[in-house]
Amino acid sequence: MELSGTMQPLALSCFGVATSLGAGRAATLAALRAGSSGLRPSTLDHAPSPIYVGEVPGLDAAPLTGDLAAFDCRNHRLAAMALRQDGFADAVAAARERYGAERIGVFLGTSTSGLQHSEAAYRRRDRATGALPADYDYARTHNTYSLGDFLRASLALAGPAFVVSAACATTGKVFATAARMIAAGLCDAAIVGGADTLCATTLYGFRSLNVMSEEPCRPFDAERSGISIGEAAGFALLERPVAAKDGGGVLLLGVGESSDAYHMSSPHPEGLGARLAMERALAAAGLGPRDVDYVNLHGTATPVGDAAEDRAVSELLGSATPCSSTKGCTGHTLGASGIVEAVFSALAILHDMVPGSPHTRTVDPAFRCNYVVATETARIDRVMSNSFGFGGANCSLLLGRA
Amino acid sequence: MRVYIEGVGLCGPGLAGWAASRPVLAGAAPYLPAPVIAPPSPLLPPNERRRTVETVRLALAVGKEAFDMAGRDAAQTATVFASSGGDGATIHQILETLATPGGEMSPTRFHNSVHNAPAGYWTIAARSRAPSTSLSCYDASFAAGLLEAAVQATVEDRAVALVAYDVRYPEPLNRARPIAAAFGTALVLTPGPTAGSLARLDLVLRRAAAGAPAMTDAALEALRRGTPAARSLPLLAGLASGAARALALDYLPTLEIGLSLEPAARAAAVGPARDAMAAAR
Repeated sequence: MELSGTMQPLALSCFGVATSLGAGRAATLAALRAGSSGLRPSTLDHAPSPIYVGEVPGLDAAPLTGDLAAFDCRNHRLAAMALRQDGFADAVAAARERYGAERIGVFLGTSTSGLQHSEAAYRRRDRATGALPADYDYARTHNTYSLGDFLRASLALAGPAFVVSAACATTGKVFATAARMIAAGLCDAAIVGGADTLCATTLYGFRSLNVMSEEPCRPFDAERSGISIGEAAGFALLERPVAAKDGGGVLLLGVGESSDAYHMSSPHPEGLGARLAMERALAAAGLGPRDVDYVNLHGTATPVGDAAEDRAVSELLGSATPCSSTKGCTGHTLGASGIVEAVFSALAILHDMVPGSPHTRTVDPAFRCNYVVATETARIDRVMSNSFGFGGANCSLLLGRA
Repeated sequence: MRVYIEGVGLCGPGLAGWAASRPVLAGAAPYLPAPVIAPPSPLLPPNERRRTVETVRLALAVGKEAFDMAGRDAAQTATVFASSGGDGATIHQILETLATPGGEMSPTRFHNSVHNAPAGYWTIAARSRAPSTSLSCYDASFAAGLLEAAVQATVEDRAVALVAYDVRYPEPLNRARPIAAAFGTALVLTPGPTAGSLARLDLVLRRAAAGAPAMTDAALEALRRGTPAARSLPLLAGLASGAARALALDYLPTLEIGLSLEPAARAAAVGPARDAMAAAR
C-alpha cells in the first residue's frame, strides 16, 4: 500500500528484551501466548508491602566486570542482559561493519537510571561525615546519560547519543528522535530502547500517590485498583529497510508525540493528549484509524488513566479494533514500557497474535473499546502502541508488517 | 543543518537576563558574579507555583524570556529540555528519606524528581500540547539538546525551543557531581528566517578537533567548565558580539558540533528566496 505520511519507514532489524516474563524472544513469545504473568508478591528489601512486582531474576548474581565494571548497577546489569538476547550485539557489530561506528546513533530512555544504586549508597554513608562510599560512581551509574555511555562502551559505537527521560513515555519517544536523526543524515542506523529497574524511589513514590495496587494489576477491569511495577530492558536496531540484511519483518511506520498540559501526575481525564499522540502517529505514517489492527494500550490499571485512554482510543478508532494492555504480564515497567511494548507489538505482527491481559477478569462495563482478555490468534499487520507518562508526556508508535 | 535564532533567555550567576548580560558576554562590561535568582513563574497557577523547585523556576524563567523576545506563541511550539541531572535538592531529599527508617515519601517531591518535571510544568504553564522532549548527555547535555532541537526544526519543519538548565547538588552528592552554579538558557529556533531572526546558525556534527573556545574572562570560563548548561556560553558570547563567528561545542569524546553564526541582517539576505520574503514582511 502507498503511504503518504511524513515519516520514512524504518526497519526494526533486530531486537533484544528482558522482562519478568523472561529474557529473549522465545521466552517472551511463549509467555505472551500462554497469557502468563511475571508479577509475584514482592520479597524486595527496602520496598513497601504488600505489593506485587515484576522482577527480573538473576541480576544480583551478574555483576558487570572488566572494562564495564565501573558501570555496575542493577539498571546496567539488566541492560546487559537484554543486549545478550537473540544475537542483538552481533547484529549491532554487523551494522558497525556496514556503516562505521560513528554512523550509528544511540538514543535511549530511562526514568530510574541507577537510582537503586544511589539508594544503596545513601544507606552506606559515613556516619561521622555523611560522605558517600568511596566506590560510588555518580557519572556511570546514577546520571541519566550513564545508560547511553554504557551502551556506547558495550557495543563500541561512536555516533551521536543521548538519553531521553520523559517518565513513562520515554522509550517510545526515542523512536521519534532516532527517526529524525536518520532523516537528518546524522547517522545511518540507531539503537533505541532503554532500561528501568525496581527501586525504592518509584515503589514508595507511586505508593505516596495512592496508585499502587496490593494485588497484581488488573488493566481495564471494573475492579482495577492501581498499578504493579516491573523492571525491564529492551533495545532495537533501527535502519532504512533496504539496508536491513536480516529484516525482522517489522517496520516503524510513525510516531506521535504530545503533551497533556494538564497535571504533573494525573492524565487528562478526557484523554486529549493521548488522542493527539495517536492522531499524530497516524498522520506521520499516512494511515487512517481503520488501518490499525491492534492497540497495545498504556493501560496501567489506575481508575482514571484507563478510563481516559478508553475514551481516547474508542473515540479515535471506534469500538471494533482489538486492544489490550500487557501491564498484567510485566507490571508497569515505567521508562522501559515503550520499548517493551514495541517488542510485544512486533511479536504480535510476526506471530499473528493479540496478547491477552492476565489478571483482568471483568472488563469495565463503562468502557467502549474492544478489550481482549485472553490471547487470540489473528493476522495483525499494523499495531499502535501507547505510552503516557508524568508531566503529561505522551507517545504513540505505529509498527507494521514489512 | 541550518536554523535561525529568534529568541534568547539567560539566567546565571551575574547573568540576569539576556539584555543585561549581552554587554558582559560581548566583553564590553566586566563580569561580576552574583547569586542566581529565578523567581516562581507568573505563568503557573498559584497552587502549582508553590510546589515548584529550582530547576523548574530556572527553566520557566529562561523559557519565558526567550519566547517574549521571539514574540512566538509558546502553546504551539515544540520544546526540548536539556539537563545533566534532575533537581539536586529533590533527589537528595528523596535518597535521604529512603535511607531513614520510617521516612515517608512526599508525592509532590516524587513528581518533582522526574527528569521531565520542568517540561511538565512548562507545558502546563504555556498550555502547550506540542511535543516535548527532556534529555541528558552528562556534561554535553547542552550540545545534545541543541542537536535534537536543530534536527527537530529542520526535519519536522517547525519552530522548537531549547531550554537548558542545571543546578547544584547538596552534599554529599555535590562531591560526587560538583556543579559550579545554577545556570539556565533558552533559544527559540526556527527552520527559516523570520522577521524576528537574531542570527542564522549552521550546525555540523564532526569529529572532535579544536574543541570549544575558552571564555576570555576567567570567571566565565570557570562557569563554562563547571556547569553543563553553561557550555552554551561560547555560542551566547558569539550571539552577543553581533559579529559572524565560527566555533565548536564539545559533545561526546570523539565528536564536536561545529557552529557558524551569522547576524540577522545578513542572514535574511542570503537565506532562501521564499523565506527571505517571509522575513521581509
